[in-house]
Amino acid sequence: MRSNLGFFSDEKFRSIFFQTLVVGLFALGLFFVITTTSYNLEKRNIATGWSFLQNPAGFDISFSPFLEFKSTDTHLKVYFVGVLNTLLVSITGCIAATILGFILGIIRLSSNWLLSRLVYIYVEFSRNVPLLLQIILWYSILIQLPRVKQSLQVLDVFYISNRGLYSPRPIFESGFSYVSIAIVLALISSFLINRWAKKRQDKTGQQFPVFSSSIGLIFIVPLILFFILGSPLSFEHPELKGFNFKGGLVIRPEFIAMFLALSIYTAAFISEIVRAGIMSVSKGQREASAAIGLKQTWIMRLIIIPQALRVIVPPLTSQYLNLTKNSSLGIAVGYADLVHGFGGISLNQTGQAIECMAIVMATYLSISLTISFFMNIYNRSIQFKEK
Amino acid sequence: MKKLLSIFAVVAFAFSAHAGTLDDVKNRGFLKCGVTTGLAGFAAPDDNGEWAGLDADMCRAVAVAVFGDRSKVEFITTTGKSRFPTLASGEVDMLARNTTWTISRDVNLGFEFVGVNFYDGQGFMVPSALGVSSATELDGATVCIQTGTTTELNLADFFRLNGISYEALPIETNDEGKENLFAGRCDVYTTDASGLSSTRAAASNPDKWVVLPEIISKEPLGPLVRHGDHQWGDVVRWSLNAMIIAEELGITSENVDAQMSSNVPEVLRLLGVEGNYGEMLELSNDWAYQIIKQIGNYSESYEANVGPDTPLEIARGLNALWTQGGILYAPPFR
Repeated sequence: MRSNLGFFSDEKFRSIFFQTLVVGLFALGLFFVITTTSYNLEKRNIATGWSFLQNPAGFDISFSPFLEFKSTDTHLKVYFVGVLNTLLVSITGCIAATILGFILGIIRLSSNWLLSRLVYIYVEFSRNVPLLLQIILWYSILIQLPRVKQSLQVLDVFYISNRGLYSPRPIFESGFSYVSIAIVLALISSFLINRWAKKRQDKTGQQFPVFSSSIGLIFIVPLILFFILGSPLSFEHPELKGFNFKGGLVIRPEFIAMFLALSIYTAAFISEIVRAGIMSVSKGQREASAAIGLKQTWIMRLIIIPQALRVIVPPLTSQYLNLTKNSSLGIAVGYADLVHGFGGISLNQTGQAIECMAIVMATYLSISLTISFFMNIYNRSIQFKEK
Repeated sequence: MKKLLSIFAVVAFAFSAHAGTLDDVKNRGFLKCGVTTGLAGFAAPDDNGEWAGLDADMCRAVAVAVFGDRSKVEFITTTGKSRFPTLASGEVDMLARNTTWTISRDVNLGFEFVGVNFYDGQGFMVPSALGVSSATELDGATVCIQTGTTTELNLADFFRLNGISYEALPIETNDEGKENLFAGRCDVYTTDASGLSSTRAAASNPDKWVVLPEIISKEPLGPLVRHGDHQWGDVVRWSLNAMIIAEELGITSENVDAQMSSNVPEVLRLLGVEGNYGEMLELSNDWAYQIIKQIGNYSESYEANVGPDTPLEIARGLNALWTQGGILYAPPFR
C-alpha cells in the first residue's frame, strides 16, 4: 500500500532532504554566530580587520633562532617567528620521541626482567602525569642550575647555566661550500648505489657492501676535501662579557624544557605503539625465519619490522599530531611559540582577539594536515602490495 | 534578505543585551571585581585570607556604594593577559588591577577608564651585588618582563632609545617574575615602581635588591569598566572621587559621624545630608557616607596598604593631593 506521504516515502528523496536540512541548519548556525559576533564587536566599539598585522609590534622576542627580530618589526613577523619556533620544537620533538620510543618499545619486549620493568615504570609514569606538570618540572630543574657567572664548564668549550647551554658557533669560511656540495653529491650517489645494488642482488644474488661504501662516500670524501682546502671552518667561542655570554650558540632552558617534556611524554606512547606493532606479528613468522637460518638482526629488520610498521604508522601519525598541538603549552615556561608570541602577546597588545585566534587555529590546522598528508603517503608505501 | 538580517540583529541583541551593569549587579547581590593574581599592597589575600590592598579597597568601595556592605564583592583574579577579555566578556563588572590608562585601551579595546587611583612609573630592580647604579648600564642584561603590558613596550623603547641591547624573558605573573629573578634566570625585573617595591618587600632579604633611580614612563593606574555603560561608569568614577574628596575635606572613617553635622556645604552634600546625588546615581543617598565609614578616605586606604609605614614604603609623591604637592585631584562634588 502506498502511503499518502508522497515524495517522503521515496528513500532517495528522504536522504537528500535530510542532508540538505543538516547542511542548511549548519550554515544558518554559522551565519548566526558571525552576525552576533560582528554585531557585538560593533556595539562595544571594538575595531576589527587585518590592518594591525602591518603595525610595528613594539615588543622584543629574544628567542628567534631563524629570523632577526626587532621591536620595530610588524606583528606579521611576530607570527612568522612563532610559526618557526613551533615547528622547531615540534620537529625536533617528533624525531627524538620516535627514536626514544622505538628503543624503549623494543627494550620493553626484552627478556631482561630488570630492563623491561624499568621501561614499564617509565611508561606508566610519563603517560599518567599531565604534560603541563612535566614541562614545569623540567623548567624548575633547569632554572636551579648554576647562575651565569658560576657556569659549569664542560670540555673547555661548553658552558651550562640557568641561562642555557652555550657552545661554540661554527663559522663557515670561503671554500666550505665545496665541502657541502661534496656531501650532497655523496648522499645522492649512495642512494643510487643502494638502488643499483638491490637490483643486482635481485638479479644475480650477489651482494655489495652498500653500508660501508656509503659511509666512505658521505664522511671520508668530504673530510679529505676539507683538509685539502685548508680547513675552511672556525669556531666562535662564547665569552662571559658583562651580564651574559656573548657569541657562540645558545640553547635556552625554555626550549630544553619543552623539548625534553614533549619528547619524553610522547615517547612513552610511541613505545607502547611499537610494542603493540611488534607483538602483532605472529610468532610463526619469527620461528619460520629462524628455521631458514636468518640471523637474529635480520629477522628483526627483514621480517618483523616491515610487518609491524603497518600497525605502527597510523597511531604514530596521531602521536605526531598530538606532540605538535601540545607544543602550544610553551606559554607555561615562556617559550616563544605561535600561541605565546602571536596568539598571546600580539593579541593582547592589539586587542584583536578573534583575528589572532583565527590565524593561530588555521595555522595549527595547516601544520596538522601537512603532517597527516605526508604520513599517509608513507603509510601507503609500507602497506602490503597485493600482487 | 534585509528583513532576515534585521531579525537576526534583533535576536542577537536579545542574546547580548544587558539591562545595564548596575541593575545586573543589584540583581546578582554582589559585585564581581577583577584584580591581580596577588600583588602585595594593591590586591593580595592578607593573613586572614581576606583580599586587601589599594585596588581591593577600590572594589570594596564600589560594593559599599551599591549595597552598603563591604563584603558584597567577589574578587576574580586576572593575569596581565586575561584581564581585558575577562572584562569585555562581562565575567567581571569592573577591573581594579594596576592597569595603565592608554589611548589604545580606552578607544580601541572598548573600555572606559574612570579615573586614576595610583600614579606610577616603570622602574628596574636588580640584585645590589651587580653594582649597577643606572638603567643605562644594563647593556646585554636579561630582563624579566610581564607580557601583554605597557611596560613591555616601554622597555623595548627605552633600550632602543639608549642604543643598548637586552634579552627579554617573557613571564605571565608577578610570582613568575619573582621566581626567575631570585633564581638568577634574569638579571633585571622591570614593572611599575610600586610593583617593584611590593616584590622587594616580599624577598627574604630586601636589602639584597635595589630599585634603580630611572622611572622611564608614565603609568596612571586606574579602575576601568566596559565602554558605553555610562551609568555604571559614573558609579565607579564617583566611588573613587568620593574617597579623594573625603581626604580633601578632612573626613575620615573615625570622624565621619561627627561630620554629619558639619557646617561646610560640600561635606553635607557628599554625606547625603543635603541634595539627592545618591538618587542621581541610582544609589542610596548615604552611599558616600558608607564608603568613608567602611573603607575610609583615599589617604587612609593609601597609608594602610602602600604608605611609608607598610613594607612597601612608598611615599605619597605624585599621589598626594593637588593641595599638598601631588596631582591627585577630583572634580567638585556639586
